[in-house]
Amino acid sequence: MEGLTNPLDLPVAEMAARVRNIDDPLTASELVETSLLRIEAIDPALHAFLRTTPELAREQARVVDARVEAGEDPGPLAGVPLGVKDNIAVEGVPLTCASKILGNYVPPTGATSVRRAVDAGACIVGKTNLDEFGMGSSTENSAFGPTRNPYDLERVPGGSSGGSAAAVAAGMVPLALGSDTGGSIRQPAALSGIVGMKPTYGRVSRNGLVAFASSLDQVGPMARSAADARILLGAIQGTDPADATTRDLPAVTGSGAAELAGLRIGRVEEFSLAGVAGGEPMEAAMGDVHKALEEAGAESVELSIPLVKSSIPIYYIVAPAEASSNLARYDGVRYGHRTSDAGALQALYAKTRDEGFGAEVKRRILIGTFALSAGYADAYYKRAMAARSALRRGFERAFERCDVIVSATTPTPAFLLGEKVDDPLAMYLCDILTVASNLAGIPVMNVPAGQTEDGLPVGMQLWGPAGSEARLFDVAEALAETTGHAYRAPVIPAGGDA
Amino acid sequence: MSEHSAGRVLVGMEVHLQLKTNTKCFSPTPYRYGAEPNTLIDPVVMGLPGALPVLNREAVRLAIRTGLALGCEVAEVTKWDRKNYFYPDLPKGYQISQYDQPLCIDGAIEIDDDDGNPKRVRIRRAHLEEDTGKSTHDEGGAASRVDLNRAGAPLLEIVSEPDIASAGEAMRYLDALREIVAYLGTSDGNMQEGNLRCEPNINVLFDGGGKTPIVEVKNLNSVRNVGLAIEYETERQTRAYHERGQTMENTPRSTRGWDDDKGVTVHQRFKESEDDYRYFPEPDLPPVTITRDFVEAEREALPELPRARRARYREALGLSEYDAGVLTAEPALSAWYEQALAGPEGTRDAKAVANWIQGELLRYLNDQKIDLAAVALTPEGLGELVDLRAAGSINSRTAKDLFREVIESGASPAALVAERRLGQVSDRGAVEAAVRAAMEAQAKAVEAFRAGNEKARGRIFGEAMKQLSGRGDPQLVNEVLSELLG
Repeated sequence: MEGLTNPLDLPVAEMAARVRNIDDPLTASELVETSLLRIEAIDPALHAFLRTTPELAREQARVVDARVEAGEDPGPLAGVPLGVKDNIAVEGVPLTCASKILGNYVPPTGATSVRRAVDAGACIVGKTNLDEFGMGSSTENSAFGPTRNPYDLERVPGGSSGGSAAAVAAGMVPLALGSDTGGSIRQPAALSGIVGMKPTYGRVSRNGLVAFASSLDQVGPMARSAADARILLGAIQGTDPADATTRDLPAVTGSGAAELAGLRIGRVEEFSLAGVAGGEPMEAAMGDVHKALEEAGAESVELSIPLVKSSIPIYYIVAPAEASSNLARYDGVRYGHRTSDAGALQALYAKTRDEGFGAEVKRRILIGTFALSAGYADAYYKRAMAARSALRRGFERAFERCDVIVSATTPTPAFLLGEKVDDPLAMYLCDILTVASNLAGIPVMNVPAGQTEDGLPVGMQLWGPAGSEARLFDVAEALAETTGHAYRAPVIPAGGDA
Repeated sequence: MSEHSAGRVLVGMEVHLQLKTNTKCFSPTPYRYGAEPNTLIDPVVMGLPGALPVLNREAVRLAIRTGLALGCEVAEVTKWDRKNYFYPDLPKGYQISQYDQPLCIDGAIEIDDDDGNPKRVRIRRAHLEEDTGKSTHDEGGAASRVDLNRAGAPLLEIVSEPDIASAGEAMRYLDALREIVAYLGTSDGNMQEGNLRCEPNINVLFDGGGKTPIVEVKNLNSVRNVGLAIEYETERQTRAYHERGQTMENTPRSTRGWDDDKGVTVHQRFKESEDDYRYFPEPDLPPVTITRDFVEAEREALPELPRARRARYREALGLSEYDAGVLTAEPALSAWYEQALAGPEGTRDAKAVANWIQGELLRYLNDQKIDLAAVALTPEGLGELVDLRAAGSINSRTAKDLFREVIESGASPAALVAERRLGQVSDRGAVEAAVRAAMEAQAKAVEAFRAGNEKARGRIFGEAMKQLSGRGDPQLVNEVLSELLG
């Protein structure tokens, strides 16, 4: 990488522009081969990918190159290698959700988000690792082994979109799709030093995204910069007749940096990490960011949204409740794993599901089943839904007083593999800064906010009202210019560069 | 009958009515009865990972249309809920249904009670949900098979209050409902093919307040069997109450299955407590707002319902109870009759049109074993025939001949009469000329008649009609003949 820039490390707009330019020798095929070579070289140390899809990627690249040669425009993602979290269906490619329950299931149709990315020229090089069904914050809950953090192989990349985060951070792909139910794009983006956005609920179709908690799930982009993420979100956004919860929202287009002077920056009291063990580097980084913003002329607005404090209990009722229902379909009857030891019907269900699901998934199914049970639904699920509505209103009121809320993304930098895996409650608390946005349905992105003394990435979140993604991208770009915080490539000891 | 003191049977009916949409309730695949198993499926029906339901708005419209015809109120906002339970014919592990905000509430179906007096059976609610697949189990339990063709078909579940007080009322309730949906075109209502399924909830009340535990009967595939099951249960529950003291207080509700061969109900399970279906709002489907304009437009578009139509036929058209019943039994025939009634000068003679339909048309359909839709004759054609007769333009023989022709050809009777000059001769001069000619030709008969032979008159009449090519107005011919014979 010294001297000449590898085309795979270019900004996405430039990469695609070169592929689209018939006079430029860079082709989609070359980008795909470079990406596949890097995966081969680096991924054994990281395990970001559950599988690569070289034949599919090469075929997609051939189509892109042929279109360029024919004088057509293959789109804004022309030739850009894309990683897809393995809870998002790609037609004809096995879909695992990092679970044993799906067996060798192959989806007959692909996700709308994937199809739109491919229609815009993207080439899918592989399926990335995750916590089983998206349930976790470290990617350690994968049935196929954890992913490692490219900045420190002893640490987790975050989760559940840890595979996508590590793949982008390590430069194996410039872009990846993740999904975010309670922070699953932003938390791994933060721990892996990249940009990740959870869009407004309803901006991106969930068709083909394997449901974890339907009212919270959202597909979103993971990238090395806000500009790159914006291009991917621009390609996959929009209403979809196959998903009744998609909404007509102001489109994310173009590019550009916001004027920071006069921007009202919300600081929510309940997001403070003061006193949180291990939170000091995050607090320090946030202090620096707010200072830089003030120096750039932004106005600081102190806010309180008291219900944010309840967002973890609300989330850990709503999400498991929906999950307990969404995961009922994995019963061994029609597809996926089926126990070899089935007797009567009840045994078929019990053994299939016992063998197929991991411990965390089982835990959440139990919590959710309990929360919806007669006699408990009023105390848990219904109260949680009411609190959720109040939380949403709390954010609406907050955004009357500010344009963007800035907060940390995680309470601590990346933790060690195994550090929290046996302590579910500690793991759940990783989500304390992220789940409120899913409950409120509003867009939030993680952007790099520097490093700890040990060189671990620190992330921060930009929160906006529903539909304000374009604004958030503008602010992120201006902020990156002002603070100088940006993605920086890790040094990965196990492999060389392609 | 039991020698014990009889109680009053109370029946509440749960009906599942399959709505006649082109595609399923939440996915774009059609459903039809009798297709090869598992050929009418798609990712949503199969419950594949990542597949999402999308509401078929036509299902909502048909549900609203049905609800309005049952006199229900239509919700302003309705939503879907998940009913969670595991079974192999339930692919997602939950059924998309409606729990606390049903589409329609508070309606009624009017029936006759056992004495023939009108009675309202109240409808508590009617909600939309998706059908399940169908499980079949081999004899001896060797294997079970699941067919998902039916899964996802739209169902309207119609729940009545326990207002039904006899087997006869239950049967008339179902007949009335089937007739209404046939008129609306919202469902085929065919119990054999399962697009109308019903589960009566039955118990018996005794003087002094004793009540038997409620029994839900399943596996009923005809209206007749519903009646038989209610009679059987009334008898069985009455006996259990008197002989074993079984009451609602000491015995839980239960489900029993109808055994068609033995004509009995068989215990299946007790419902110790309410099943816990863990209902919660379906997050994949946003609530639906139903505008009042839409509801009013649907209400406007409702046809006259069979019971009201029968009353009108009796009261305004003067038809007999029997005739009104025959003419409204099938919506297609009833519509045909309505069209035949509507003449250019207003309503035609209802009785005359009814007679043609019942006498000639239905006999023809029966003889030919064909359907009304396959008949060439149009209602307008029959109307013309009735008009021609009423105006005295043709005699009844000509009318019957014409009927036999136009029912095959579909030609206009009025046009044929004009073309072939088949019109009845009622011109006095022409009739006189013909009678005179007949008297000449049959001089012997005239002589015989004048000598007192009454029978000879018929021969002269026949000759006169022959002179008129059979088109003479018989009344006029008779009149002229009497005059000239003296």
